[in-house]
Amino acid sequence: MREYLVRLVQMHESFRKAELQALADVSGVEMHIIKYEEDSPFCVIGLPSDKAAHAMISRSILSQGIYELWGHGRNYNALHASIKNLSPSKWNAYHETPFRFTLDSFRGSRTPTEQRDIVESFSYLEFAGPIRMKEADVSFRVFEDYDHEAPEPKYLYMGRFISGSGRHAKTMYDLKKRHYISTTSMDAELALLTANIALAAPGKFFFDPFMGTGGFPIACSHFGAITCGSDIDGRSIRGTGGSARKGQMGKKDVEGNFRQYGLEERYLGGFVSDLTNTPLRITTPCGNEQNGGYLDGIICDPPYGIREGLKVLGSREKLGDKERATHHDRCKEPTYIPPKRPYSFIAMLDDILAFAASTLVDGGRLSMWMPTANDEDIELVIPTHPCLEIVSVCVQPFNKWSRRLLTYRRLSDSEVSQDSLHMTKKEYETGIKADELNGFRRKYFEGFKEFQKLRLETATGRRVSDESTELEKTSN
Amino acid sequence: MKLLTLNFLTCAIKTCKTSPSSFPLHPQDAELEIVESDVNMAFLRNILPRLMWEELRGITRELGLPELPETAPAAEDLGEPSQVAKDLHRLLLETSIREGKLVCGNCGHEYAVKEGIANFLLPGHLV
Repeated sequence: MREYLVRLVQMHESFRKAELQALADVSGVEMHIIKYEEDSPFCVIGLPSDKAAHAMISRSILSQGIYELWGHGRNYNALHASIKNLSPSKWNAYHETPFRFTLDSFRGSRTPTEQRDIVESFSYLEFAGPIRMKEADVSFRVFEDYDHEAPEPKYLYMGRFISGSGRHAKTMYDLKKRHYISTTSMDAELALLTANIALAAPGKFFFDPFMGTGGFPIACSHFGAITCGSDIDGRSIRGTGGSARKGQMGKKDVEGNFRQYGLEERYLGGFVSDLTNTPLRITTPCGNEQNGGYLDGIICDPPYGIREGLKVLGSREKLGDKERATHHDRCKEPTYIPPKRPYSFIAMLDDILAFAASTLVDGGRLSMWMPTANDEDIELVIPTHPCLEIVSVCVQPFNKWSRRLLTYRRLSDSEVSQDSLHMTKKEYETGIKADELNGFRRKYFEGFKEFQKLRLETATGRRVSDESTELEKTSN
Repeated sequence: MKLLTLNFLTCAIKTCKTSPSSFPLHPQDAELEIVESDVNMAFLRNILPRLMWEELRGITRELGLPELPETAPAAEDLGEPSQVAKDLHRLLLETSIREGKLVCGNCGHEYAVKEGIANFLLPGHLV
């Protein structure tokens, strides 16, 4: 086991360890995290080889690169002592090599003169090769970690460059440059990150049940997976509903997005369906016989019922015989639109878990985004399923709320206790209106002044009347 | 939709799912399209054990495509790539349905495929 320094980016902090672990898993590399701090972009990990380091980090989104660690310390004296102690055996190999030596100061800066002095202080390494700032055969870097506005760095590292990261993909898939997006498209960086955490990789088969304009399937295909998706709104897949981009003309669809990135051969296709009435094969979850799952991964950002309605197939009220007959007669007409009804968000999350349990292969992953109101952080119930083990929980905080990325692993049937399969059926919110069904939606809108009226009514305990139906319409 | 998708699709009606005849869905009046691509060996090897071979053979017969061998090839038969692998790739990942419908063998419900996108939304009386 050798020590390596990962230069992380200082953002989406709670995702960084989850990504590193996922990258180690997907590359089949044994990794130990030796030093990690939430407030620092420098992470020391143990890995078996340079090859493993490259395999892991070359597809990382939340890092800039990985370095073989030559030394570290609280100040320059300590750093030099550490290098002289830990790495003299490595110096000789680079005696004649064209090289580059640079400085990376996090939250601090050095004047060109200071930089030069710092680099010069490493002259005892006796690198006699030519200095090349471009296309050097080997690069060394000194890292300075400062506290906010501190005059001197609090910690130093020095290492040999092994591999850059896959972070450039974030620019390549930038939503601003994507031909076809919608109002709720996931930011490219987070979509790629989700694909990494869900272990998307060449040869694997991934599915997104709420694909929209295909952001997640595209991210998974970027990492080599064959992807497929569905959405209850066919317009988003077919692209006849227009784009979120002002003045966008011409045919834009999900297939076109895959074509834009040259990934069309990794796209199996999209179909229109509702998760609660999915056409996908459902195998009996756990228990007898073998697991009949066929998906390596499911990644999704289900509708929260705020910016996009949370609806499933069905009618708000139970259909009478006469209405049923009308649906029966009309359903083959090209203009027929199947009725949809609002649905409980909590119930939807459990449906996703049940779907994942019965379609994922053993070890397959489900990565799903869900919102959490900040003030509810502690009581928040992370949905569970006896066949799924939680792997990581990553939080993205916003101003007034936060959302989290939950990742589960499908246990093999032998790992699942048979008793836990007999779950008691849960009680979900009942009602027919969106606000009655969706606690998150209710809380979200309660927090905004525009919905004063609704708030007042709730406060006085008055029954939500016709007025709120009006409000609901406005909010939709 | 590429033909491999049919390996995973059944009727969307819940009561149909328990009946063996709801899988596979039967393509009718299908307009096929072939778009060539590189053979993806890693994917073929991974997906091979998940193929419902008998049912896939049935679908190729119904579509009038070249018949698949009676039994599924073993992973080592795929080679780098062998003719078997190329044929499978052609069938599952290069052939797609552009227009037509998919019909449930149990209840007879028809799901339309338009511009390569199948619609599985159920009408009000079937939910």
